[in-house]
Amino acid sequence: MAVQPDLIEDIPAVAGRSLWQDAWARLRRNRAAVASMIVLAALCLVGIFGPMVWPHPYDQVYPKFVRVPASLEAYPGTDSILPGFEGLLQRARLEHGEPVLEGGEVSVAVAADEPIDPRILRYFERSDLFSNPRLELADDGLSGTLAVDVERLYFYFGTDAIGRDLAARIMIGVRISLAIGILASIMALVLGVTYGAVSGYLGGRVDNVMMRVVDILYSLPFIFFVILMVVFFGRSLIIIFIAIGATEWLDMARIVRGQTLSLKRQEFVQAAEALGATKTGILMRHIIPNTLGPVVVFVTLLVPKAILLESLLSFLGLGVQDPLTSLGLLISEGAANMRGALWLLIWPALTLTLILFALNFLGDGLRDSLDPKDR
Amino acid sequence: MLTYTLRRLASAVPTVLVIITLTFFMIRLAPGGPFDLERPLDPLIMANLEKAYNLDAPLWSQYLTYLGNLLHGDLGPSFTRRDFSVNELFAVGMPVSILLGGLALVTAVVLGTLLGAWAALRQNTGVDYAVVGLATFGITTPTFVVAPLLSLTFGVVLGILPAGGWSNANPAYWVLPIVTLALPQVAVIARLVRGATIEALRSNHVRTARAYGLPTRIVVGVHALRAAMLPAVSYLGPTAAGLLTGSVVVETIFGIPGIGRYFVQGALGRDYTLVMGMIVVIALFIIVFNLLVDLAYAWLDPRVRFD
Repeated sequence: MAVQPDLIEDIPAVAGRSLWQDAWARLRRNRAAVASMIVLAALCLVGIFGPMVWPHPYDQVYPKFVRVPASLEAYPGTDSILPGFEGLLQRARLEHGEPVLEGGEVSVAVAADEPIDPRILRYFERSDLFSNPRLELADDGLSGTLAVDVERLYFYFGTDAIGRDLAARIMIGVRISLAIGILASIMALVLGVTYGAVSGYLGGRVDNVMMRVVDILYSLPFIFFVILMVVFFGRSLIIIFIAIGATEWLDMARIVRGQTLSLKRQEFVQAAEALGATKTGILMRHIIPNTLGPVVVFVTLLVPKAILLESLLSFLGLGVQDPLTSLGLLISEGAANMRGALWLLIWPALTLTLILFALNFLGDGLRDSLDPKDR
Repeated sequence: MLTYTLRRLASAVPTVLVIITLTFFMIRLAPGGPFDLERPLDPLIMANLEKAYNLDAPLWSQYLTYLGNLLHGDLGPSFTRRDFSVNELFAVGMPVSILLGGLALVTAVVLGTLLGAWAALRQNTGVDYAVVGLATFGITTPTFVVAPLLSLTFGVVLGILPAGGWSNANPAYWVLPIVTLALPQVAVIARLVRGATIEALRSNHVRTARAYGLPTRIVVGVHALRAAMLPAVSYLGPTAAGLLTGSVVVETIFGIPGIGRYFVQGALGRDYTLVMGMIVVIALFIIVFNLLVDLAYAWLDPRVRFD
């Protein structure tokens, strides 16, 4: 309850500790929870800014580099550049020294018995590997240096089955998965808290009917509901998080209703009623803020659940659509390609597990720090 | 207890009816139909097909017909698997799903309880941390990651178990699906039992049992664990129903002919009767297992009374 600031001017301020400050102090002592927060913050940054700064766009296809394994080396590798280059030199019928690969440029000293025709550069222009060939000839035209550019790309996590950079796709997958997790949880939060608080506070017959509705929705299998939504409204990101949010609010409603039932008998609510506060006012100002402790804990555990559900949907082919991707979709593609391209399964699976681990540890930490029983 | 059981079952009837009605009209109102193909069928053929499957009747009369058939235990003909009735499909698939789910359930309960109780008795030691870590791993790693990895490791690389497929006679085919199904449940049950055992070990009735001088194994095995099973038991109700009605992920990855796949396939192919059949079966399982949970509750906790 906020007190009007002009009323407390004369009272010397006493530094009190709110429930939230208390909880924060306890949370900070929990090393696993702190580590989880750092990991999650880092992953959020990667999800938001990673695709913007990463050299490869997530939907760019590199037909030359299909399914290349994860590696710190640049592609194409030295062992394919130099032989390719020497092969071209032979076709050009040039005597040459040892080619030197420096950064993105290959250069070599060349010589011939007759003056070198600059048209030999065509050989290099036509090649897939090289571009921008340059020839610097000595005055007699019999020797010189030949230099070509070679584009070297880094695929630290490898590329997928049609030649897209896996690292870029994982970043976009982290973005989509986290966004769906958070948005679906917010939706479940708003719906569940409102429904539960209203049902618990009004009580009686209204409560009975409202909870019966929840029971019935509970018995409807989630997948059925989602398929129906997708069928009715088409496949889109918004439908996916609405569908997940619309199935996950049921638990929230039950938790908040239980809390509300015990809260509404307490003195401060009776006092507010005696002062003539409206029902809406009591709900918004007194009941809902007091249910937030368990709700916050539940939300942190809801986010991983939503991410998992989205992954399941993508796995079943009902989630986001190519070229956009999510971690679940990447995993299902990886599972299809795992024989011979195991990195396609390992990296997305590790990323998803990392996110879920961090969220679970954070949820456990929050429960420990917000649960008054364990103080 | 018998009256209680009967009353509970009777009170479930309206719920099931509402669920059936809701899903019946929802799937019917969804755009598309079971006979929609890439190239539309000849209108005459379509009309004949609809007549054969009674789809040309008004929706309410189809609904009443369906309810009537359901009362006789007839789930109707499948729309997409021609020449098979839903009853026949379930008769083939259900034993497989129940076998797998049942074995996974037993594994999960036994292993989860043992691990949870063990961790609780050794709280804050290496054992405890190992169990909690394993449980977190089991909860956070999705089934569709575990299943292909297991299939690759044991089926392809080591070659000691079949990587997929199904055989009713050869239990080697059952191992990997059961492990995949059981792992997340072992994790949840171990966590629940661990938490509840830690609390139970501090409670008064356990202290009294200790004061009587009962041996630790009796105190833990009978007095503490009995109370500690309660949260796990209430978790098991919906979980058991889910496990026994098959898992679409596990059945798809390992290629198992259970009924778990029918739900997604049926809903996507607008196989109305197949979807409705699955809804009915799942609802019945949930009701039966919730009832069993409540009965088990009363048996485990003498304070619970039927009313």
